[in-house]
Amino acid sequence: MTSIGTGYDLANSIFSPDGRNFQVEYAVKAVENGGTAIGIRCKDGVVLAVEKIITSKLLKPGANKRIATVDRHLGVAYSGMVPDGRHFVDRARDEARAWRDTFKTPISTADLASRMGGYMQAYTLYQSVRPFGITAIVGGFDSREEAPVDGEVGSGPSCGAGGKVSSKTHGGPFLYMIEPSGLYWGYYGAATGKGRQAAKAELEKLDLSGAEGGITLEQAVKEAARIIYVAHDDSKDKEFELEMTWISGADGPTKGLHQEVPKALREEAERLAKKALESDDEDEGTEEKKGEEKMEE
Amino acid sequence: MDHRPQAWGRPRDDIYGAYDASYLQTSGPKTATQSPVVTGTSVIAIKFKDGIVMAADNLASYGSLARFTDVKRLRTFLDTSVVGFGGDVSDMQFLDRHLKELAIDEAYEHNDDQQQQDDDDSHHKSTPGTALNAANLHKYLQKLMYRRRNDFDPLWNQILVGGLDAARKPFLASVDLRGTAFTSPSLATGFGAALAQPIMRRYAATDEDAARLTREQAVDVVKECMKVLFYRDARSLDRYSIAVVTKDGVELSEDEQLERQSWAFAERIRGYGTQTV
Repeated sequence: MTSIGTGYDLANSIFSPDGRNFQVEYAVKAVENGGTAIGIRCKDGVVLAVEKIITSKLLKPGANKRIATVDRHLGVAYSGMVPDGRHFVDRARDEARAWRDTFKTPISTADLASRMGGYMQAYTLYQSVRPFGITAIVGGFDSREEAPVDGEVGSGPSCGAGGKVSSKTHGGPFLYMIEPSGLYWGYYGAATGKGRQAAKAELEKLDLSGAEGGITLEQAVKEAARIIYVAHDDSKDKEFELEMTWISGADGPTKGLHQEVPKALREEAERLAKKALESDDEDEGTEEKKGEEKMEE
Repeated sequence: MDHRPQAWGRPRDDIYGAYDASYLQTSGPKTATQSPVVTGTSVIAIKFKDGIVMAADNLASYGSLARFTDVKRLRTFLDTSVVGFGGDVSDMQFLDRHLKELAIDEAYEHNDDQQQQDDDDSHHKSTPGTALNAANLHKYLQKLMYRRRNDFDPLWNQILVGGLDAARKPFLASVDLRGTAFTSPSLATGFGAALAQPIMRRYAATDEDAARLTREQAVDVVKECMKVLFYRDARSLDRYSIAVVTKDGVELSEDEQLERQSWAFAERIRGYGTQTV
């Protein structure tokens, strides 16, 4: 960063002469120090996973969750400054509720990502605020069934409503990642935080196209656990907790809801992850790890 | 003809007579929400040893007109409780939206609660989950209804809440538009209180009786009561919803049809209508 110290990094909403907003770039740095968070979108659902670094033995295990439920079918994982993340989640919940109040129907994942992207972007525009120190991964499963209107009492006419095309499918699993600049894209697999480079490399190896051959939700849970373990750096942080949530369609294990992955499945995934890691270490030694770290610099 | 703007859109006085201004009250309390418009009739429910069964037909009447015939009057809450609504349908919609919001709020903090129950049931009894159970939900609705009644803006419903309480025992209670709340091994709203309740009491007069009922028996009793209600309640329908709540969750079926009806008894009825005894 050659232009550091030239005065353009002191205030938000000021561009440097070469067109950069340093405050936003510093916010990205804050994210890079957070525990790894990943999201996987597969053909029948979405998995969110977070490497929650244990900062003190005095904290209760399993408390202070880092993945939040925003609406029945929506979850958010984030990496970076936890208070910023909490505020982001509060705002996302308000948006989801306001949408329901207005339209009497759940907000779609894309619409929530758009609203929250706009919200984050607004924090890059004014002197009085600083950008969010988080990157958020938003996962959701928009209902494939005809979305019921909240509070609806009957089903209405049995034919001819809304010009629906019978062959066209609606809804499905969606995954978005929102960065401190407000930039958001839809992803097959998303990773952020400390171990994002290693996590991205692992995500790219998976078949996440959503096509028939792609991985299933249960496989995705196991992959997510493995990737978090792979991305974890033992030399920097000793202990971490794996936090995982998932969302399936109405016909899947969570019945369209965003829920924590059941304890039994999570422990099984962790066991497999540790096993995979051990056999990996035997095969390749420690060389690859060093290479990855260089890439990140 | 009177072409002044004040008269636009008004029925002509020379044809219809002067408008009765007493309909347009300019003073006094607002009474628009103090009578129901589109209404649902009875909701009935009974406890059995592992849970409760609740049923209500799928009709919403506009006065005596059978206006909507596919109205779902049983609503689930968090897949742990079921709420049955009698009375005004629009107030039911309001409450349903309100409860849905409440359920989403609950899911923010407690999405691992169900899991704890699955993991270890005996453990769960000593430290009951913090998610809203049916008893909590009933208390909440009672406070809500009583408050609205004190605001002179009641929600025109009689509500049954069924599910499990904090001790994971079957729970069944009712609350009405005045905020009156009570509980019983079997409950019915509206006409059902007169027609179905005596039948249900034959099987579950006390909690001990109810604890001896199996699920199949309870479902049979409720179905029999729905049939009696269809025979005798002129604002009822032969399509109905039935819900069974146990600790495994809520099973809700919203499109049941009354079976094995027999109208032979109608022949013997004398003393009203067009008959002259």
